[in-house]
Amino acid sequence: MSDISSVGIVVPQTAHFNEPLALKSGAVLPAYDLVYETYGTLNADKSNAVLICHALSGTHHVAGKYSENDKYPGWWDNMIGPGKPLDTNRFFVIGVNNLGGCHGSTGPSSINPGTGKLWGSTFPIVTVEDWVQAQSRLADQLGIKTFAAIVGGSLGGMQALQWTLTFPDRVRNALVIAAAPNLTAQNMAFNEVARQAIITDPEFHGGDYYEHGVVPRRGLRIARMLGHITYLSDDAMGDKFGRKLRSGEIKYSFDVEFEMESYLRYQGDKFAESFDANTYLRMTRALDYFDPAADCNGDLSTALAKAKADFLVISFTSDWRFSPARSREIVKALLDNERSVAYAEITAAHGHDAFLMPDQHYHDIVRAYLENIA
Amino acid sequence: MTHVPVQAHARFAETAVERSDFAAIARWITPGSRVLDLGCGDGSLLGYLRDTLNVRGYGIEKDDANVLACVKNGIDVIQMNLEDGLAGFDSLSFDYVILSQTLQAMHHTEQVVREMLRVGKQGIVTFPNFGYWRHRWSLLTGRMPMSKSLPYQWYNTPNIHLCTLNDFEEFCAGLEVRITQRLVMTNGDEVAVLPNLLGSLAIYRFEKSWPIST
Repeated sequence: MSDISSVGIVVPQTAHFNEPLALKSGAVLPAYDLVYETYGTLNADKSNAVLICHALSGTHHVAGKYSENDKYPGWWDNMIGPGKPLDTNRFFVIGVNNLGGCHGSTGPSSINPGTGKLWGSTFPIVTVEDWVQAQSRLADQLGIKTFAAIVGGSLGGMQALQWTLTFPDRVRNALVIAAAPNLTAQNMAFNEVARQAIITDPEFHGGDYYEHGVVPRRGLRIARMLGHITYLSDDAMGDKFGRKLRSGEIKYSFDVEFEMESYLRYQGDKFAESFDANTYLRMTRALDYFDPAADCNGDLSTALAKAKADFLVISFTSDWRFSPARSREIVKALLDNERSVAYAEITAAHGHDAFLMPDQHYHDIVRAYLENIA
Repeated sequence: MTHVPVQAHARFAETAVERSDFAAIARWITPGSRVLDLGCGDGSLLGYLRDTLNVRGYGIEKDDANVLACVKNGIDVIQMNLEDGLAGFDSLSFDYVILSQTLQAMHHTEQVVREMLRVGKQGIVTFPNFGYWRHRWSLLTGRMPMSKSLPYQWYNTPNIHLCTLNDFEEFCAGLEVRITQRLVMTNGDEVAVLPNLLGSLAIYRFEKSWPIST
């Protein structure tokens, strides 16, 4: 690979865990695998590790390519690599697929060793707290006591925040990007519609569709289409599609008339081919359940009193699903606890998706922050 | 702060030589206190106060380039527009709230001063004295004043609410704000005689004289 700012060809690895994991729901996962990738080199005292936490549909494949011919690199390749804002010349970066996922880590489409059958509907509901526990065991296995930084956007930002509460002594810096201290009713409502689309698909079979050799493609497709609308801003959709017609004239039909419809159907179809519906249900639930203030009578400042990390909090002006106001709640709670925090509100048109975009100022902020951490 | 590079410290000491108001402000601040700097720019003042007085400081800044400079300087900066008020800050959560060279550019001057004394126990403002004799002379010769403290042309200045020492003191009296200390400077030296005429920079410390409601 000729691109010197790329981490190059990467190979995923699998870590196996035999020690049972007690989940927040009360269920216990007897054993599990976590698939992960690493970029850069872990230094001698193992102090330069950075964990990347993925969002709803993310994976452990954060940067680089699997082969020269790969069309696309990992999902945050614009942020991570040699000389990039998260510089792999300095940091040892870990991407990990979360429990319940469908890209190699143990999830509903994995085999339950207890029964020898696919987990399917019986795979437990996992939470952000459970993911953090599982990630910490991966860190243990890699010999990493403390992370230089834990970084995440959206649901990934929630994990970065949770790390500072569950393991305050194991995180020196948390980069909480396009996140929220919990979801609003409206935000959870979108998740509920997405889940209903999946669950009411006749091919869902109560979550055991694998046995029937089918997948609830229609439901998953609609769920993703809905999600996509909420990840973009009105302006971004307007700029990209406006009212442009697919064929130049109205045909008075329910086929694709507008370019926007073509885009949504394409995104939905692509996603339904590659993602597992049971995973989607669980990821949205993890979002819904995340609420660190819940145990403190809704007082986020009290909840964050445990944190010892320094923070960089970033939001994007056009993000209405994880709005700047929600990030400011996190900032306020950190201020109340006299934590070190920098907060940048990035002017961006792309809505929630902006956290994945290569915006110069956004990247400059991340780079500047990371350059100053020990 | 764990993420402050060593070179940042030397930098802020140098800046202080250029900005004599920094040292003046620092004299009024108790070491180790909590400071909020409104319109903190690149964070130089906070960096100086942190390095010399070990204060716990946060800055508020709306400009992207300044926010980036603060992050580079290891300053805890919150990006927001002061004109929107300080709704995210609890009452009396800071020992000092500083507004350095920003008052004259604010739209909602009264609201900002009230917010300063809601959030902080004491307020400190610095502003260019429009009554400085050079400014008066400019006007007498028929031109808008331009000087070291007012470096802008009339058509590109961000300064919309310029005032003199007398104006500011009357303004505070009207708001029932009690001025506890005043320092007037020109070119880094204190001005004791005819300050409203001979001083180019005003520095005030004040507190509220209205009852504290919690």
